[in-house]
Amino acid sequence: MRNRNLWYWLFLAPALLALALVVILPLAFGVYYSFTDWNGIRTPSFVGLEHYKALFAEKEFRDALWFTTKFTVVSVFLINFFGLSLALLVTQKFKTNNILRTIFFMPNLIGGLILGFIWQFIFTKVFASVGELIGVEALEGWLSTETTGFWAMAILMSWQMAGYIMVIYISFLEGVPQELLEAAEIDGANSFQRFYHVTFPLVMPAFTVSLFLTLSNSFKLYDQNLSLTGGGPYNSTQMVAMEIFKTAFVENAMAFAQAKAVIFFLIVAAISLTQVYINKKREVEM
Amino acid sequence: MKKKKQSRIILEILGIILALIWLSPFYLMIVNSFKTKREMFEDTLKLPDVFSFENYTVAFERLDFIKTFFNSVLITVLAVAVIIIFSSMAAYALSRRGGKISGIIFMLFVAAMLIPFQSVMIPLVSIFGKLEMLNRGGLIFMYLGFGASLSIFLYHGTLSGIPKSLDEAATIDGANRFQIFWHIIFPMLKPVSVTVAILNIIWIWNDYLLPSLVINKPGMETIPLKMFFFFGEYTKQWHLALAGLTIAIIPVIIIYFFLQKQIIKGVSEGSVK
Repeated sequence: MRNRNLWYWLFLAPALLALALVVILPLAFGVYYSFTDWNGIRTPSFVGLEHYKALFAEKEFRDALWFTTKFTVVSVFLINFFGLSLALLVTQKFKTNNILRTIFFMPNLIGGLILGFIWQFIFTKVFASVGELIGVEALEGWLSTETTGFWAMAILMSWQMAGYIMVIYISFLEGVPQELLEAAEIDGANSFQRFYHVTFPLVMPAFTVSLFLTLSNSFKLYDQNLSLTGGGPYNSTQMVAMEIFKTAFVENAMAFAQAKAVIFFLIVAAISLTQVYINKKREVEM
Repeated sequence: MKKKKQSRIILEILGIILALIWLSPFYLMIVNSFKTKREMFEDTLKLPDVFSFENYTVAFERLDFIKTFFNSVLITVLAVAVIIIFSSMAAYALSRRGGKISGIIFMLFVAAMLIPFQSVMIPLVSIFGKLEMLNRGGLIFMYLGFGASLSIFLYHGTLSGIPKSLDEAATIDGANRFQIFWHIIFPMLKPVSVTVAILNIIWIWNDYLLPSLVINKPGMETIPLKMFFFFGEYTKQWHLALAGLTIAIIPVIIIYFFLQKQIIKGVSEGSVK
């Protein structure tokens, strides 16, 4: 019997070991450290809920959390709106269909850090130069206020992720039976009615996946935040992921940062699970 | 019918305009990367007077591009190979043996996808620091840990559709598990392996945070890592910075135009499952 199972554990061992050492163990240690005064070096001693009480009282963390939440709501809406619109557009029978898809998807191949730098150039230099050209002062200093910084990130994320979400919607749109749409047309449904009553319910599963991806990606955003605004001015565009990083590696408050990281994990898990649960339920009803 | 054709043409023109807007950031980056500092100051939209490659030669050198590029290729190729080999093996074991334990382990892999990197990063660095594994080998091992979840999930879905009778027939012919897997099952998994490879390559090639925490030795930086330092040095010299960004992006775009069909298909299959 033992010998019969040996292959099973041998096949499983490398991946399982990596998961244990890289994810499970650090998570367990992380939760433990968040209740201690660990500083990365000395042996930790227990401090109970002290960090958790402190982190909600800290303005910086609350600001980051609030900014992240606002950003997530706006960018999830924008990305899905553009993603679905692009998908509907490129599933028409165009000659340029494939090249359009290729172009819309392209930003996703390039890392968030590099994309952030490119857009930093556009928002600071190109916007200023265009503003001067057409005499609109509002286009200058785009990354120097919280509001414009917020929209700068929303624009960057929509431009980047809409193509990814488009690909997901396309694969479901192509599965919508043409006969169904034709039948609706014969029955006198206009194109909006056809979309709302036939196509939309059938692409609902795509909505589940896209919402999940955009929600968690926007909430966990780090690279783009770092390279586009760097959290500035005065930390006003700093998102949670960046705030945790700074607390840990700049301020060197390891245990405190880890408590924030635990809260971050709980929020991400709660959002993702709730969202999938709600969408799955709606899918069944359709 | 004529009206329908007309509206289709209008939509197609709209699509082309949108595509041009989508490309404009790349246009602005490339056009300005050829300008001198003063020329850029005058107008960022116009084409440069002369296409001078001076910015490129400087950026190429400062980025130590050949070495940096090689570092990125090395880490990405090894990490993706390790992920494909060990995730497919693990998924095979889980799907063939079944039972309660397999169910629990599979759920563990899937649940790990919900964990944001920031909530494990601090202890991760501390643990791997103590094991003296903050190096390339450690980085590749970490990529296996983070990449295994989605990859196993994708392999598992396909493996459930391959009948067990295939394995049984091979067993009767005297093949052991390793032979069955590598000679019969793994070749059948090729389409999933392509999807797994594409998804992991995109992620690992572009990853910044993990290498920034793990790779501390000069000369071992990947492209995103080197780009970050390069940028810090040249924040005020946009002409050089843009040339650097263009150099980093060009290889990706070239590969994309050759493999666009597979890449888009891989991404859509990866997210739909």
